[in-house]
Amino acid sequence: MYRYDEFDHQVVRERVAEFSDQVARRLSGDLSEEQFRPLRLMNGVYLQLHAYMLRVAVPYGELTSGKMRRLAHIARVYDRGYGHFTTRQNIQFNWPKLSDIPAILRELAEVEMHAIQTSGNCIRNVTTDAFAGVAADEIEDPRPWAEVLRQWSTFHPEFTYLPRKFKIAISGGAQDRAATFFHDIGIRLVRAESGDVGFQIIVGGGMGRTPRVGRVLNGFVAKSEILSYLEAILRVYNLHGRRDNKYKARIKILVDALTLEGFRAEVDAEWDRIRGSVVEVPAEEVERIGAYFADPDWQALADNPPELAAARSRSAAFNGWVSANVMAHRVPGYAAVTVSLKPVGGIPGDATADQMDALADFADRYSLGALRVSKEQNIVLPFVRQDQLYALWQALVAEGLATANKGLISDIIACPGLDYCALANARSIPLAQMISERFSDIARQHDIGEVTLNISGCINACGHHHVGNIGILGVDKRGEESYQLVLGGDATQTAAIGDIAGPGFTAEGVVDAIETVIGVYLAQRQTGEPFIDTYRRIGLTPFKEAINAAR
Amino acid sequence: MSRQIVSANRLTDGLVVFRTAAGTWTERAEDARVYSVEEAEIEVAAASREGTVVVGVYAVDLEEQGSAPSRLRERIRATGPTVAYGPAAVISPRRAAGA
Repeated sequence: MYRYDEFDHQVVRERVAEFSDQVARRLSGDLSEEQFRPLRLMNGVYLQLHAYMLRVAVPYGELTSGKMRRLAHIARVYDRGYGHFTTRQNIQFNWPKLSDIPAILRELAEVEMHAIQTSGNCIRNVTTDAFAGVAADEIEDPRPWAEVLRQWSTFHPEFTYLPRKFKIAISGGAQDRAATFFHDIGIRLVRAESGDVGFQIIVGGGMGRTPRVGRVLNGFVAKSEILSYLEAILRVYNLHGRRDNKYKARIKILVDALTLEGFRAEVDAEWDRIRGSVVEVPAEEVERIGAYFADPDWQALADNPPELAAARSRSAAFNGWVSANVMAHRVPGYAAVTVSLKPVGGIPGDATADQMDALADFADRYSLGALRVSKEQNIVLPFVRQDQLYALWQALVAEGLATANKGLISDIIACPGLDYCALANARSIPLAQMISERFSDIARQHDIGEVTLNISGCINACGHHHVGNIGILGVDKRGEESYQLVLGGDATQTAAIGDIAGPGFTAEGVVDAIETVIGVYLAQRQTGEPFIDTYRRIGLTPFKEAINAAR
Repeated sequence: MSRQIVSANRLTDGLVVFRTAAGTWTERAEDARVYSVEEAEIEVAAASREGTVVVGVYAVDLEEQGSAPSRLRERIRATGPTVAYGPAAVISPRRAAGA
């Protein structure tokens, strides 16, 4: 993975020193809260419902065992023994003391981590496919480009005070595992007919109170011109994006207002002015960065080694875990493993310090020290030998980390909700727990098959409810928590925003409604047809009718 | 007649605190002084001047009967997350596996 050079180290060290001084001045009273608030937000420090929250960037979700151990250490020493992995591949600590944050940031800087641009109206942490560099369907590894974008966007002087926050995702797979259609800018590596690899640029996607599927702004931008093209988009947004109303300030609203064609004309005009200028990233710099993501020394191995086949036939539990949580790897004999942070009755995305340490140890032992945070709030071990899968699984079982539910109904994506969040209207976590209890039978989950379930505790949609095959939005209905069900959302390249399935429910009611929805699916599905395909074939009506009949 | 308590977050650690009758801050909502709306308004203004002690001072409505905040958000804020978390919430390996 990428290693800091002296410049990176210096930038982060200087920022830690600067913010440490600002914290000291706040504590002494030299800075008022009004003065301090924008400064702390630029450093990932929020004040939530119960305490401060520190959001630490995990650039494009990539971690080493050393970084994971440091996160565990921070959780143990400065927090309450756990952390929460987010849908933007970051980690949040829920209970840090303000007075400890300078020390935490120093500890992070030592392992090349920070909290810069994890909040505020700037370009946030660039996200990517958690299987980048290992997925069999990949056109090219997006991580070097994610790193180019990280360097370009970090402290970019022109884009530090945008109209609103700005999120970029990049994906290299034929399958989009980075939700590129739901970001301010989505970037997909594509191969042109000429054989050249470049970028498809998608703009104006987003969730929140105005959900939008992003639209293709440019079908092919050459690698050598990517930064000037992005710079042109950001300039048009920075100039014309609304600043008078935070609910209308995201780029999706500007694209709506100008129309896609109008927006494209503005971008192209700006691009013409700066194309090929100093803004572009030199090819040798791309090569230098790319070298950090070079392949490890793969062993010459064959797929499906006999020990794997034997273990799968010996243990049904192991076999179930392999079917759900182990993904094909582009290199024979290897596998990419998803470690679920969604145990039955657990809190989606939470991991204790001990679990983080265990994951770091497993990464060292089985995955060349590498880990990833997925946008589904799980951890990926990307470089596991297939002949070591059984040993890894046994180790995970002992730590309670072997839940075999990746991509299944209990692999729930949920925001912290009203249990933690100052913005939330309803709780998300207890509902996630109730649903995972209701569907706890792992054999039944495997029978139901692939389905995404997302819960947000308010319209800001941090739990991505708009794009869950089954989505739940928590609202405050005259002082009571109420949950709206939405169906048919899709975060992949077949992007769709879910349809509202009628009036809201109580928490218990929505769990029953999900049961009804699954019942309709099971009765109507054709052989091998996943939930979303059945939904698309039969539409909302049969689901809605069944839900209403059961009310 | 509406009754209120006065709450804030403590500057140093961010934890939720409540104003006591002695003019100090406590983490226990049940030890908070109960004010009328008019009294609370005065107390919020006074406590807001303690900018090196607390952040975001405001008045919280109480239920008509009893001493709990009337809104769910404020009840959760007063008593903490409604779910067990961290090391106390670790799921047993057997249960985690769905066995």
